[in-house]
Amino acid sequence: MDKLLISPAPHLHSKDSTRRIMRDVIIALMPSVLVSVYFAGLSALLVLVVSVAGCVLLEHLIARYLMKKKTTISDLSAVVTGILLALNLPVSSPWWMVLIGCIVAIGIAKMTFGGLGHNLFNPALVARVFLLISFPVQMTNWTVSNSIFRPDTWELPKGLLGAQGQLLDASSGATPLGIIKEGLANGMTMETLSQQHDFSYWHMLFGHIDGSMGEASVLAILAGLFYLLIRKVIRPVIPLSIVITVALFSGILWLTDPSQYADPIFHLLTGGLLLGAVFMATDYTTSPMSPLGMIIFGVGIGAVTMVIRIWGAYPEGVSFAILFMNALVPLLNKIKPFPYQKEVSRG
Amino acid sequence: MTSTLLYTILSLSLLGGLLAVVLYLIAQKFKVQEDPRIDQVLEVLPGANCGGCGYAGCRAFAENFVKNPDNPDFFCPVGGNDVMKKAAAVLGRDVQEQIPKLAVLRCNGSCDVRPVLNTYDGSPNCAVAADLYGGETGCSYGCLGLGDCVDACTFDAIHINPQTGLPEVVEDKCTSCGACVKACPRNILELRPKGPKSRRIYVACANKDKGAVTRKVCSVGCIGCQLCVKACPFEAITFADNLAYIDPAKCRLCRKCVAVCPTGCILEINFPPKKQVTNNE
Amino acid sequence: MSKTFSIGGIHPKDSKFSRDKSIEEFPFPKRVVISMNQHLGMPAVPVVKKGDVVKTGQLIAEPAGFVSAPVHASVSGTVADVAPYPDFLGKKVLSVVIDTDGDEWMETIDRSPEIKHEITATPKEIFKIISDSGIVGLGGAAFPTHVKLTPLEGMKPEYLILNGAECEPYLTSDYRLMIEHAQEILIGGEMMRRVLGDVAGIIGIEENKPKAIELMKRLTANYLQWKVVPLKKRYPQGGEKQLIDAVLGRKVPSFSLPISTGAVVQNVGTAYAVYEAVQKHKPLITNVLSVSSSDTSIQKNYRFRIGTPIREFLSAAGAMDKEGNLSRSFCKVVNGGPMMGKPVSNLEGPVMKSTSGFVLFTEKETKRQEPGECIRCSKCFQACPMRLQPYLLYQLALAGRTEELDENRVFDCIECGCCLYSCPAHIPLLDQIRLAKNVSLKNKRKK
Repeated sequence: MDKLLISPAPHLHSKDSTRRIMRDVIIALMPSVLVSVYFAGLSALLVLVVSVAGCVLLEHLIARYLMKKKTTISDLSAVVTGILLALNLPVSSPWWMVLIGCIVAIGIAKMTFGGLGHNLFNPALVARVFLLISFPVQMTNWTVSNSIFRPDTWELPKGLLGAQGQLLDASSGATPLGIIKEGLANGMTMETLSQQHDFSYWHMLFGHIDGSMGEASVLAILAGLFYLLIRKVIRPVIPLSIVITVALFSGILWLTDPSQYADPIFHLLTGGLLLGAVFMATDYTTSPMSPLGMIIFGVGIGAVTMVIRIWGAYPEGVSFAILFMNALVPLLNKIKPFPYQKEVSRG
Repeated sequence: MTSTLLYTILSLSLLGGLLAVVLYLIAQKFKVQEDPRIDQVLEVLPGANCGGCGYAGCRAFAENFVKNPDNPDFFCPVGGNDVMKKAAAVLGRDVQEQIPKLAVLRCNGSCDVRPVLNTYDGSPNCAVAADLYGGETGCSYGCLGLGDCVDACTFDAIHINPQTGLPEVVEDKCTSCGACVKACPRNILELRPKGPKSRRIYVACANKDKGAVTRKVCSVGCIGCQLCVKACPFEAITFADNLAYIDPAKCRLCRKCVAVCPTGCILEINFPPKKQVTNNE
Repeated sequence: MSKTFSIGGIHPKDSKFSRDKSIEEFPFPKRVVISMNQHLGMPAVPVVKKGDVVKTGQLIAEPAGFVSAPVHASVSGTVADVAPYPDFLGKKVLSVVIDTDGDEWMETIDRSPEIKHEITATPKEIFKIISDSGIVGLGGAAFPTHVKLTPLEGMKPEYLILNGAECEPYLTSDYRLMIEHAQEILIGGEMMRRVLGDVAGIIGIEENKPKAIELMKRLTANYLQWKVVPLKKRYPQGGEKQLIDAVLGRKVPSFSLPISTGAVVQNVGTAYAVYEAVQKHKPLITNVLSVSSSDTSIQKNYRFRIGTPIREFLSAAGAMDKEGNLSRSFCKVVNGGPMMGKPVSNLEGPVMKSTSGFVLFTEKETKRQEPGECIRCSKCFQACPMRLQPYLLYQLALAGRTEELDENRVFDCIECGCCLYSCPAHIPLLDQIRLAKNVSLKNKRKK
């Protein structure tokens, strides 16, 4: 080479890149995606495909023609948003609803703020909440289709079986949290509720319960968490803070009156708490940058989630809790990290 | 139903009215007494808030101008003499007309005359490159072509010409606010008078090395021959550190220096082309 | 048990491919260009003029004040010029140029290879010899050693730490010195220890150099005041502040010198130079450098004479082709290590007292990628060994907000490069922070 290359130090760079990180997140999400497709079949696949394609296409169009700059889809963040959005929706979501979700997630929550790295709120959650408020019926409709992937002999969740044991076409509000909220409001106790419905932890771990596509299998989420931790994509601070806060909060309540409150393990395994704690709350752009900020962020999410679950109108509070704490992140980022050294001399 | 409606309308109207009165009283009580002329001056100012006048925005300029209008240093480069006349008129005064200026690049080392010796791969900022080394060419005084001046300009008046690699000033848009001059880490952008019919003459070189060295790295650099100094009938050209400099205050645009310069580093802008003098003897 | 510093740091591949290449004597060139700016502080003042005949080791420039150092001729011959000559970055620096004629050394210099163990000089004499021999910090900073060994008002030294970390990838010059001249390093270190007032001596070596650790441990067994501390392989373990943190657990406050924690840090190369100066009366005119790259055939360690043009080393190592350009798809030569070294734009530029090596890179290894948007991942913050917030400093630097930059301790930046290295979006963090830091320090000096 005849001309020397000149640039200031450093002259080496780590192999890390934004695209690599997003790729790792996509891999971590694969277990949840595979589980939901396995249990729910083609509807799940449809929701996923529409969501990812919609998000990617929308980001490309907005970047090229509205913002008039180079397309940004190559960093794969739109794909991640697409998958996360799909995992937050019920299996039976109609395609137009998913598309509206994409427009809200990418168009409103991400690109209007300036694109990657500039958004204040988690795009997938903004879309989910928007759809929840706009289309409450479709968003709480947990139909399970006849999946070509699911063998006939598979045991169906009790919640979907009617009095004679026949398969119901649809059941609304049949998530475990929903059942409890309704039941407790009608004066039933936890014992009667658990006798009537199947709240088996085993089922929750493996994904037999109803709910949005991603909250079903806890094991799949934990597999993703494990992958993200060993690839050093996320630090365990935020998920741990959320989980500990929820466990403590629900634990204290449960110990005071087990008939009125579900136990901590129930709270940890349901309602997409773990999906939120591992994939949504740990999103770089919308979470704090210092460890202390992260702890406060996690505790806040756990606390608000529990408050909404116990005393709020909705059975599920993770989405709202995360969005609420997202708004506080700029303030949390103002917390100065612990100083390396004292400002004055030693001695 | 109607009673509810009536009560609602009444109570909200009363509340609204009460709050309006409270706000009005507070606004009157805590009103900041200000010279009304400040707002009048602000009206005539262009409102670009560029800082070219040396004050933090048009409002700051207006406040200070009203306080001491006799100070001759007040000048809004964006608005020019017209705006200054209007502003002074608000105060019932006159202002001295100032010479309009514009930014000039004292370097003409485009890629075809100034060979590129290495490839710069750092952050595309002139400040970063200047801090690191002499630049992609052998001349460590010349333009780096990375566009810090373009980024600094708020009037879209300077752009890098992709063929030459040098910034070019758009005459009509340049307000001589001085932002590009401050941004240039080599200090080769200068505010010079626009001149009648936008004509100006200047030495487009900032190289302080000896002539032989300069010649090696750029064919249009100033070699310090001093022919221009001798040729100028108005003693407008000074010579220091192997570099000639034309004082804009003394220069009468006679073009004698341009004719004698052997390297062509003195540029004359917006002049008609010289007639070819044929010598038959 | 290996120690390490408490915050930040990165783990690049150490790439010590040249570790087994023993030090070769590099033949002196036909002409040397010896810069007067060989050290931090005031440039030296030449005491020779064009036409003078000098011997190897003869004084050619005097220090210009306390924070300065003398410069000696590295070859014998005739002074061809005393004028500004371009350095490796093309910047003109006043230099003494000598046309070599043979290799006649000053008679006072002892050229015998035997190691002289007995230290007969008093601490005062040692100090004077260090000062007169032009010894500067050979870790890269080139700070005049006698200044560092002079305790400041109210600060009492407690430890002398010899820096054998060599945390920069590719460089192995310090390692080879330790393997081949461990005894001399220890003697030199012992001399400096006495100058400081019989303080405790520590040698810090990264654990990727087990032979050196073992050798030093064996030698220090006879010296009660010395101990060897193995260090974890981590960048920037060799940084002064990080070294003191790892070895002593003490942190240097902002705007303070390391001596305020009671520690004086010297590079093992400096200790070797001290030995040569005191025991052999040899001023600082040679040093050891590595030439390395990812190509296993371009690996060398040379003992060089100051002022040799860089091109000669690259040629001898086999990195240049017949036309005099870099061969084998190399496109960049870095003077120093890949994390903090400066790029070379002028191959005729000379090597200096503290040059530690040259690393060659191919385009694939070193070309910068297009920067993207900051995704707020805080990897830069996690990597910074001084607990700064590079993402914040970068934005403040771009906006020119000097007061807030000072509030966020931009002056504490040691320019290690960990932030830029870790950023997934390839944002040129250090470029802007370095600029802002220079402006901040300039303003502070004005006050």
